[in-house]
Amino acid sequence: MTQTIATPHTMPIARSGGGRMKFIIGGLLIVSAIIYLIFTATQSTAQYFLTVQELSERQSSLVGKNVRISGAVVGETITYNSQTLELKFTVANMPADIKDIDAQGGLGVVLKNAVNDPKATRLNVYYKGPKPDLMKGESQAIMDGKLLADGTFVADTLLMKCPTRYEQAVPDQTK
Amino acid sequence: MKDENNFILHNSSFILSIMALNLGLTSLFLAFLSAVYAVVVVLAINPRKHEAWVESARNASILTFPLLTLAALSIIILIVQGHYEVAYVANASSSTTPWYLKITALWGGQAGSLLFWSWLMSAFTSAVMLRNWKRDRSLMPYVILVSMITLGFFLYLSLFIENPFERLWQNLSTGDVKPALFQPANTQLFIPRDGNGLNPLLRHIGMIIHPPMLYLGFVGMVVPYSFAIAALITGRTDDEWIRTTRRWMLVSWLFLSLGLILGGRWAYDVLGWGGYWGWDPVENASLMPWLTATAFLHSVMIQEKRGMLKVWNMILIIVTYALVIMGTFLTRSGVLSSVHAFAQSAIGPLFFGFIAITFTASMILLFWRWDRLKGETQLDSLLSREAAFLLNNLLFMGVTFATLWGTLFPIFSELVTNQKITVGPPFYNQVNGPLLAVIVLLMGIAPLVAWRKSSFKALGRLIWIPAVLTLVSLVAFYLLGARTLASQLGYGIAAFVGFTTLSEYVRGVGARMRLGENVFVALINLAARNRRRYGGYIIHLGVVVMAFGVVGSYMFQQETQASLKPGQTLALGGFTMRFDSLTQFPLEDGREVSRAEVTVLDQAGNSLGQLFPRHDLFDSGQPMTIPGVRSTLGEDFYVLLVGWEPIAANGATFKIYLNPLINLVWLGGLVFIIGTLVAAWPDADEEKRYIAESVSTLERAVKAS
Repeated sequence: MTQTIATPHTMPIARSGGGRMKFIIGGLLIVSAIIYLIFTATQSTAQYFLTVQELSERQSSLVGKNVRISGAVVGETITYNSQTLELKFTVANMPADIKDIDAQGGLGVVLKNAVNDPKATRLNVYYKGPKPDLMKGESQAIMDGKLLADGTFVADTLLMKCPTRYEQAVPDQTK
Repeated sequence: MKDENNFILHNSSFILSIMALNLGLTSLFLAFLSAVYAVVVVLAINPRKHEAWVESARNASILTFPLLTLAALSIIILIVQGHYEVAYVANASSSTTPWYLKITALWGGQAGSLLFWSWLMSAFTSAVMLRNWKRDRSLMPYVILVSMITLGFFLYLSLFIENPFERLWQNLSTGDVKPALFQPANTQLFIPRDGNGLNPLLRHIGMIIHPPMLYLGFVGMVVPYSFAIAALITGRTDDEWIRTTRRWMLVSWLFLSLGLILGGRWAYDVLGWGGYWGWDPVENASLMPWLTATAFLHSVMIQEKRGMLKVWNMILIIVTYALVIMGTFLTRSGVLSSVHAFAQSAIGPLFFGFIAITFTASMILLFWRWDRLKGETQLDSLLSREAAFLLNNLLFMGVTFATLWGTLFPIFSELVTNQKITVGPPFYNQVNGPLLAVIVLLMGIAPLVAWRKSSFKALGRLIWIPAVLTLVSLVAFYLLGARTLASQLGYGIAAFVGFTTLSEYVRGVGARMRLGENVFVALINLAARNRRRYGGYIIHLGVVVMAFGVVGSYMFQQETQASLKPGQTLALGGFTMRFDSLTQFPLEDGREVSRAEVTVLDQAGNSLGQLFPRHDLFDSGQPMTIPGVRSTLGEDFYVLLVGWEPIAANGATFKIYLNPLINLVWLGGLVFIIGTLVAAWPDADEEKRYIAESVSTLERAVKAS
């Protein structure tokens, strides 16, 4: 151990040994505080990506949790009050994975099948805010929100996706 | 179809397109060969013995720049001439695209932006070769090696995975259209009448300059990494590489900072959600290398002053490089869906492999040279500048790790639990909010703490005046409406740091004035004599101004929404908005515009002016919401037109945000950039001193041998 710059008032060996320990303990304290912060924040803000089917299967354990859900909009269920900005509609279960959607013939086919399938699980949605342009039957609604105990899903954000003639994804911009 | 083809075959512009295509493709291929050649030469020879071979490798790496310039120009020619048989041109441009957007379409799509990345990288590499060749002669062979491996990787992607010169071919029996480089059997060239055009959200001035700035920042950070690896390979792990690369790092950091600020401004102007930073995966991807580079720029000072933290600085450089490559990958691969998910492709595994290999190789080199990187001195006291820098680094790494964790969480959760779980902005606010607040606070205290060892008494003497001024300001902030604990804390930290930083200037200027200089001369001399230090303090002041803007716009943002009939009003935060009328009209480029006229009124009912929020629907189905904003230093009154009655145009829905102090974010950004320019501007004295030192070292070495 070479101490090239020894300050007059420090005892190199003894000080540096104790000093090192101080730094290690201090560093560990800060690192564990950061890890604790990350851990608790992850738990309290985690948001689950679910299909309508998965949501209904795990309904009891998910009440009040942040959930992102996607479903096919059933056209005749849409009601909108343009004065109070209250939007209500029902979505039918559809696969969420892009690979599954492609395997079943693309977004347009999947949405049509989901809406016309009487056995598909359905979910009532409530959203307060302006009705998006693309809100219509056989479009895909992607919603962030919480499930109420009565089984209604209250969406905080609502993003619509339509099968368009371009393949490129519509950018997520509904924050 | 056939006739049309024949017609076009005789057209001179078609011949030009074939020429541009072949020229571009050939020069891209030759650039790849040059990079591979340089790598092979450096690996095959002993650089100390074969001078001529090293020069040859250098020339090959400089050659990549003119070659890639030709390739990039070829694409621009194809776009400007509208050759939509080229798949990239059809995707990124259209006949209604204005000429300046045709040029920026070079980086508007995936394949073009990869080539653009390589072109910037080759420009940086050539500049390094020409500027640093003599001065860092012994490191240069390996700088060539590392930078050409990186460039070679990107050129490989451009050639074999995402080739911007692919043309569209139609199968004669099935009619399917597929892009390919060479004509597949049983096909003919397919020429669409028009292209898809650039995504409308990207047709914005911010989008023209934001990606080049970001990319300049990214590719620039490859230079310090190349020098670091060269230092590890040659064993010349003294301070030479650090001194050479500090300014390269600072310049890249400047571009990356500019890119981040412009990106925020673009989001605020175009995305229509009232904010400028959403912790989007792609935003995070460009923030992470910025954070580690910032940590490096600070800890490098300890290495220069005290000869410590050499291993740590190496790690910061290596991590920054890995994050730069990962940032390009996250932006370009579409692995995480986000605002930027327009660019999706299958280049993910290649990127992942490249990051894994370079990171592992770098770490092995680091362990191999561990002995040479031992610190020359030790830390003395917890209350010292060194300890403050260490804490700064720890916190910056904490923010980086938290951001990485949040960004990759959906991927890991899906791998481990088969269930996609994400964390959104609340996660980042909870974790990074407090950490960044502590970093800002530290920014105010650390410059006052002495090197090696300080005492609370000495610190107290420097801090008490700023502390008193802060308390006075807190009362003022309270009276102005900041009545929550969090906002008092946020404003308080910002004010305190502002005062301590200014006190550093006051002390410096005071000392000079006692020598007989007047205030202005003293201030200019102070900054000119120690540009790094006082440029750094300007950057700190920029952060303080931005902090006021962030706290104000985050904690006091108000929003409301309502449907209004003409003449009806909506009030928010002391302002009232009256809806006057709505008009709808098509534009030449095919978009359908709905434009509202609203009047903003103050509390007494006086008009403050009209705003025109609008909603454009492009024929591709892509909507764009352009806010009407009344912008003052105090706040932005930000009006969005979000819905309207389709036929009679007698009602419309508005969303209004009141964003207090948001302009301080942009103003602080400007101060920040000015400070960086002051700190990074080449210093003639420093250059001379440095060259004199290098020469004397060389002379000593010659004498010794």
